[in-house]
Amino acid sequence: MNAALIIDASYFLAAFLFIYGLKRMSSPVTARSGIVVAGWGMVIAVAASFLYTLDVEPMAKPHLIVNVILAVVALVLGLGWAWWSGKRVAMTAMPQMVALYNGMGGGAAAAISAIELFGHKAHGGIGMSLAVLGGLIGSISLAGSLIAWGKLDGRINGTLRFTGLQAFNVTLLVITAALGAYIVYSHGAVPTLLVAAFFGLALFYGVMMTMPIGGADMPVVISLYNAFTGLAVGFEGYVLNNPALMIAGMVVGSAGTLLTLLMAKAMNRSVSNVLFSNFGAVSSEAQGEIKGSQKPVDAGDAGINMRYASKVIIAPGYGLAVAQAQHKLYEFVKLLQDAGVEVKFAIHPVAGRMPGHMNVLLAEAGVPYDLIYDMEDINGEFKEADVAIVIGANDTVNPAARTNKSSPIYGMPILNVDQAKQVYVVKRGQGKGYSGVENELFFADNTNLVYGDAQKVLVSMIQAVKSLDGGH
Amino acid sequence: MEYVTTALTGLVALYIFMLAAFTGYEIIGRVPAILHTPLMSGSNFIHGIVVVGALWALINATSPLEQAIGFFGVLLGAGNAAGGYVVTERMLEMFKPSNKKKG
Repeated sequence: MNAALIIDASYFLAAFLFIYGLKRMSSPVTARSGIVVAGWGMVIAVAASFLYTLDVEPMAKPHLIVNVILAVVALVLGLGWAWWSGKRVAMTAMPQMVALYNGMGGGAAAAISAIELFGHKAHGGIGMSLAVLGGLIGSISLAGSLIAWGKLDGRINGTLRFTGLQAFNVTLLVITAALGAYIVYSHGAVPTLLVAAFFGLALFYGVMMTMPIGGADMPVVISLYNAFTGLAVGFEGYVLNNPALMIAGMVVGSAGTLLTLLMAKAMNRSVSNVLFSNFGAVSSEAQGEIKGSQKPVDAGDAGINMRYASKVIIAPGYGLAVAQAQHKLYEFVKLLQDAGVEVKFAIHPVAGRMPGHMNVLLAEAGVPYDLIYDMEDINGEFKEADVAIVIGANDTVNPAARTNKSSPIYGMPILNVDQAKQVYVVKRGQGKGYSGVENELFFADNTNLVYGDAQKVLVSMIQAVKSLDGGH
Repeated sequence: MEYVTTALTGLVALYIFMLAAFTGYEIIGRVPAILHTPLMSGSNFIHGIVVVGALWALINATSPLEQAIGFFGVLLGAGNAAGGYVVTERMLEMFKPSNKKKG
């Protein structure tokens, strides 16, 4: 049989399995099988690509054995490390891990581009342009994703800002693009140093573009870089005449762009606002005085009150996951359910560190997904609820987003927990949210605060309810 | 009959890009928010196919520089694919309905 035929047929099969798998991943019922289907597509494509060894370019023939050994070693190392790290990472750290893997993909696309440009392998105006463009986007995605990973992982603290930063970045991008255009214009007949400078500048731009963005906005940025990597892969696919790369890259490029827009919309921001407004880490100092006082309550009393409620809505946030209290929370919820209380979870679109992250964290604790409601589906129910309990959330329940025009989070849709008859807020201390904004919900008349670590608070609540029911 | 790979140039490539872009848009367009994180991770896995391109580049490398860059590319691409798969699978495994308990 002809090796090229097998390779092309395998790529066709892989492209089909990717799209079919992604389609299955878009519903919670079939999602699990979707990733497995797509995984088989990857295995088939990678296995088939070793048939390249049967038909290498004449120039590469003498190096073939070394090249194949290098390929196997790189494959085993990359796969082994990623498999190991992926199995170990905690669910709370998932966003930065996705960023890291995404950056690696961008780096691989940039590497392909570099080989094409250094080895003068890209041909024609379109081929050269896409090779350069893929290299540019891939490099930005690599450097940017690494910075995003470092920020979310707490390895890079603070944000880099100076006057004229935006002008500096624009200039940097223009110089990089001009250099890329020059490489295309001279059909790659430029000194190696110039090509190296092009990649260096692209990487530097990726760093400079991401450094000023605050941690709270990072998920949108990661999603954007995910789309970037997809595009870069698609462009390099054209240069390599590889339809599997072209299709998979472009599907991810457009799907990732749409996901980015959906995420930004959930935070009531535009993507350009996220990239250029420097909101994410600004702590605003000029805020009005908040009337009222914070009224603490004992955890056990709050638990018993919920036991005798008829409807309780839970608004969980990232703090719940940090305290590793999801399992205790579900245990408490099951106690309430056994006592006949109707319990629902209300999830803000950006609860956790990115959209859907909180659903993953709750699912990890075994909470069935049909107890979990999106914000727009449940916001009308808060006024019928006897108790709304906020655990480890802050900005997503801050009424200032509705009323206070000077607040940095003004306009962001929030959970209407303040409309419940009684609000409990479980929090560690008197600190502010991720955006650094004071929360007037904590001072409202119908709000009581339960201070303490979420895990310990829930244990007290469980004990209080259990001792009550045991006393019958 | 000898099979020859078709060169995907010019407009044919543009058709592929256009249809693939619409496919991606349509698949993601109607997804509930609860799946946004796994889907971002799942699409992250799918662009791990870049490892195949890096493999081609490394197998056809002709100089130590190309070998070094190609090795780096395959390493990163394999990490993207394997890591993306593992974390997506772990997340999706946890989505379960409550039928079991009620029934």
